Amino acid sequence: MKRRIFLKGSVAASTLAVAAGAGLLSPTRVLAAAWPESAFGPRPEAEALEAFFGSSDVVESDEVSLKAPLQAENGAVVPIKVMTSLANVESIGVIVVKNPAPFTTGLEVMGGGAGAMYSARIKMGQTSPVNCYVKAGGKIYMTSQEIKVTVGGCGG
Amino acid sequence: MASTKMKIKKSAEGGHDVMVLAKHPMETGLRKDKKTGEKIPAHFIKTMEFALNGTAVAQADLGTGVSTNPLISIHLANSKSGDTVTVSWVDNMGESDSAEKTVS
Repeated sequence: MKRRIFLKGSVAASTLAVAAGAGLLSPTRVLAAAWPESAFGPRPEAEALEAFFGSSDVVESDEVSLKAPLQAENGAVVPIKVMTSLANVESIGVIVVKNPAPFTTGLEVMGGGAGAMYSARIKMGQTSPVNCYVKAGGKIYMTSQEIKVTVGGCGG
Repeated sequence: MASTKMKIKKSAEGGHDVMVLAKHPMETGLRKDKKTGEKIPAHFIKTMEFALNGTAVAQADLGTGVSTNPLISIHLANSKSGDTVTVSWVDNMGESDSAEKTVS
């Protein structure tokens, strides 16, 4: 019985600690931009672009490069890296065309100094083109690469 | 419970590369529990904010399409030795974590 009371007490204490931690973090959260909910989800590519970048006028460019495997043996973990030599990068977006939720991840740059590179590990349901978009100086540039996903993992 | 690790590497082009590994299940909300057949609710990191010396420089927006235990890296062009880099993330269930490191 005493043990039960003790357990109850410790659970209550830990929830309090979590609440306090969240409270301390909130000032930085106020500064942060909102999560672009209208870009994520099962939306077609053009709609996601409109929601994330505010435009869907896209130019293909050599100044955006995507470093990714040609063939991914495990679709659950596909490392991708977007690099750009463009100046004044405002945001970067990654779209996996054939995923149930095509818009996968994005980076919003505040002020200068960041945005030349963005890398993440993404999930892919099947072989699909991966489109990377970089918005710089008000224009959107893109590059694309098809990544093959082999479910069996035999590298075939 | 949650743990977030950060690595800062000097970049060949100047500045630094910041690499963040956050421990997180990143559930899509589409998977089912094998035993009960019930859907596992979506649980994923929504935003990850990077700050250099207390000023926000970039925010990564993540969705369910990002792998379990996300490994995110970005490049900082204006960082120098002695600067502090802070990263903090928030998920869709209100959980959060942060990490801080000084550029060596």
